[in-house]
Amino acid sequence: MFEIFTLLANWLTYDLMGLSPDTKLGTSIHFFIEDTTKILFLLVVMIYVIALARASLNLERVRSYIQQKHRMVGYFFGSGFGAITPFCSCSSIPLFLGFTSAGIPLGITMAFLFTSPIINEVAVIMLWSLLGWKFTLAYIVIGMAVGIVGGMILDAMKGERWLKDFAAKAYQKAAVEAQSNPSDIEVPEAPKLTFKERHQFAKDELKEIVGRIWKWVLIGVGLGAALHGFVPDNWFAENLGSGQWWSVPAAVFAGLPLYSNATGVIPVMESLIVKGLPVGTTLAFCMSTVAASFPEFIMLKQVMTYRLLTMIFVILLANFMVVGWVINTISPWLFSGF
Amino acid sequence: MKHFEVLGTGCKKCVTTAESIERVAQELGEPVEVVKVTDPAKIMEYQVMSTPAVAVDGKVVHSGSIPDHAKIVGWLKT
Repeated sequence: MFEIFTLLANWLTYDLMGLSPDTKLGTSIHFFIEDTTKILFLLVVMIYVIALARASLNLERVRSYIQQKHRMVGYFFGSGFGAITPFCSCSSIPLFLGFTSAGIPLGITMAFLFTSPIINEVAVIMLWSLLGWKFTLAYIVIGMAVGIVGGMILDAMKGERWLKDFAAKAYQKAAVEAQSNPSDIEVPEAPKLTFKERHQFAKDELKEIVGRIWKWVLIGVGLGAALHGFVPDNWFAENLGSGQWWSVPAAVFAGLPLYSNATGVIPVMESLIVKGLPVGTTLAFCMSTVAASFPEFIMLKQVMTYRLLTMIFVILLANFMVVGWVINTISPWLFSGF
Repeated sequence: MKHFEVLGTGCKKCVTTAESIERVAQELGEPVEVVKVTDPAKIMEYQVMSTPAVAVDGKVVHSGSIPDHAKIVGWLKT
């Protein structure tokens, strides 16, 4: 089905520009054209379709779903909704306070916020088209696990003690109320939308998301293409060794100062894996780039003390490293295709 | 005079929202006061979860996106 993009790239690179497939420049440009056209096409189609389906999902409903669940189930729901809810990072604070003031435990709210940047439809589409379904599935499981486990640890450490005062008070008040009458929560009804309204919503979403990420796609695929053409196959495996334990923390720290969203990192991931960087190390790098971003932490400073922020930061980094090590250990039989 | 509050923690969309309310008000010749509310505690009091949100005279009328032209006209006219 996607052959058309290969043919298009063949024609543009080899016929129109007259480049040879044997040169580094030729391979890079071919890779760039094939992947950008394919990804942008898939994004436009899929974002629209998914937006049609979720036009009636809003945060108020998500919140009451989570409130109704038992605490342990809450972590899964928190993380799961983080993955599917359309959500801009500039809404982190109102969302955080909306959840907290409804008495949802800090760990569950953070499970939502941890998973949200890692998994979204754009990331899934790109992974699927570049790395196949097996890898995509592993990525989703890992992304959710990072959120769920991170949230649980945070609650086990009673992180809510170090919320800013006004947030802590709102949380306690709601928690007391919830205990006195737990059956009080109702899920607001889904707004009934006509197809025209859904279409309008999907069109706006499409415009907004594509407008925001197209640069990242070009940059990401551009970097991936350069790696693809100019770094010899298996360069990483030959020069960094295959899966030394320290390569994982090194990748996590290398990813920290880089701030990107999943869209920009995924094309680079593909090239890194092809060039022999172990899968776990690559994933650790990706998660660190995407999920631990300084702008996000600066925002959370408005509702959290430094102590809590540091805790969250350390938990995240530790999670990424564990992910890297575990995947490196089990990847030989998990991704035998690579 | 109508009192508009644009709720949001300071992202670009919130600025755009405030600007478009002022612009539409000017077009219609309606006197308005537009205030940007960035204090998270206040936003929480309004129980708004997605920003930018708009409150007219202390009541939330919109949240989660930049309001379109027709909507703003609606708030100004009523």
